[in-house]
Amino acid sequence: MILDLVGYAAFFLTMALTYAIVCLGLNIQWGQTGLFNVGVAGFVAIGAYVSALLTTPEAAGRIGGFDLPIAIGWLGGAVIAGAASFLVGALTIRLRADYLAIATFGVAVVIRLCALNLEHVTGGPFGIGFIPRPFASYAGNPTLFSLLNLALLALVVLALYLALERLLRSPWGRVLRAIREDEEAALALGKSSVRFRLQAFAIGGALMGLAGAAQAHFIGFIAPDDYLPTLTFQVWAMLIVGGPGNNRGAIVGAIVVWGVWAISASAIAAVFPAGEQARAASLQVVLIGLALCAILLWRPRGLLGETRIVSRHLAGLSQSRLALNHETRND
Amino acid sequence: MSPQILMDGLINGAMIGLGAIGITLTYSILRFSNFAHGEFIAWGAYIALALSGFLGVLAPSLTAPLGPFSFGWSLPIAAFGAIALTAALALLADALLFGPLRARGGASIILVMASFGAALVLRNLLEFIFTSRPAYYADGLQIALRFLGVRATPDALLCLLVAAIVVVATHLFITHTAVGRAMRAVSENPELAGIVGVDSRKTIRLVWILGAGLACLAGIMAGLVVQIRPTMGVDLLLPLFAAAILGGIGSTPGALLGGLIIGLAESTTVRLIGAEWRAAVAFAVLVVILLVRPRGLFGRS
Repeated sequence: MILDLVGYAAFFLTMALTYAIVCLGLNIQWGQTGLFNVGVAGFVAIGAYVSALLTTPEAAGRIGGFDLPIAIGWLGGAVIAGAASFLVGALTIRLRADYLAIATFGVAVVIRLCALNLEHVTGGPFGIGFIPRPFASYAGNPTLFSLLNLALLALVVLALYLALERLLRSPWGRVLRAIREDEEAALALGKSSVRFRLQAFAIGGALMGLAGAAQAHFIGFIAPDDYLPTLTFQVWAMLIVGGPGNNRGAIVGAIVVWGVWAISASAIAAVFPAGEQARAASLQVVLIGLALCAILLWRPRGLLGETRIVSRHLAGLSQSRLALNHETRND
Repeated sequence: MSPQILMDGLINGAMIGLGAIGITLTYSILRFSNFAHGEFIAWGAYIALALSGFLGVLAPSLTAPLGPFSFGWSLPIAAFGAIALTAALALLADALLFGPLRARGGASIILVMASFGAALVLRNLLEFIFTSRPAYYADGLQIALRFLGVRATPDALLCLLVAAIVVVATHLFITHTAVGRAMRAVSENPELAGIVGVDSRKTIRLVWILGAGLACLAGIMAGLVVQIRPTMGVDLLLPLFAAAILGGIGSTPGALLGGLIIGLAESTTVRLIGAEWRAAVAFAVLVVILLVRPRGLFGRS
């Protein structure tokens, strides 16, 4: 019984951590740089499919199945998703902010279409199965297997968190924020805003791809319906709840929102009869959508909010002076 | 291009054009791309379905098919009610969500994000109320008319005619009336428009009413010609944006022309490559415009 519970908790947390990686990616794009990506699901799907193609054993009737090690699959997923983000960014980042949103929305639509229609590569509507799982040799002991997977994901998230925190406090990260807050001033200081934004967008996309790959290998099976717009929306809810601009917030938000999602899903499964569950599940999205709008209206900084000062040179400044600076800037 | 592809493209393009006018108006006057606009299309279609069903229960004679069309008087009557209610829905969304966010004066991208949240709420509410099963305004199958080597149902031809009249009327309204001029003034320069006495709140209300009304009409047409589903709006969203950008943001004739071009491109693709790639067409067109001429056909740089 207790072992079951541990196994379930490990499963839940592992899933939440894969979302945390997506959320960290979105945080670089939106939280740090102010780039609005409506196609998160598309970039996650790219990572998942690329990694699945690279690592699954050869399959009849399908191109691919290169049987490569899992690590190469993860890396490949991240690189291709990053490259796709770079292309979309190169197309739209010079234009109005809305155009990037529309283009990323289009990317998600097209990726889903490709996943559905390119049956010889993606397996069509049935997707790809038999994706190798990390620690598969321990699968006989479900609890140990779940814990090992959890440990792996926790390590990945921790490493990413530390790397991103470093990046955020580096000169590169400070330029990103400068561009977000006052593009003209950053330009006047000789920083090419297009180049920095493009880099941030590509890094964010690569993280989403990595997360997609990790998730695919954890579940072992992917299909086009795993990458619906609802996924994009869940990740946005996670980032907004946790506090955009804050990496710890992104991770906490992912765990909290995934928890609320999982609990409400099991509540619906318990309350509604089997025939009505698909219908009731839409109510779940309605409630979380309302929550998202409410947070935008009443608590735009999220649970944790952003640490406004990241440069250690400014760390000595008193809070009151900072508040004053902030006021004047908003005028 | 065979005449049949042209006909399919025109019918499809008319629906896209009607929706894209709303997108382009919101974009140029409220200054954000409204991802919830597709949901006004779906809500419009479903409200008309509910009202026309209700009328049919009250007076069964209203559902008797009108001449060559598949529907009875109940649908055109319901359409007026549906347009009013869809406009009311848009005004409600503005009062509860977009208005307060605008008043706070943050970045316009927050409005885009809010519209994304609102879209999910609206779409999933539809799915909860009406389930995801497709619905139709009338049960009967319609025989297509044949002329000049083209087949088209009377319903589709009527839609084309109504769309043409409505678009011309909208264009005349925006270019030839005082309120229309006020709308253009706000889109050119909101501060200056305010100084010369244009009531921007009234203008914004008008934009919502006009955009949602046209969206409702597009939804009813899509429901008549194709089918009614909760996802019908979100499926049209990419073609709508592509049409609005292709036509040039802020241009009503541009949005219609953009819609027709996307519609034709879609029907050509369906015929030559296959219906399963239809949804990719709008994206391909969008990429080409953004590469070649980001301000669109009639847009100002």
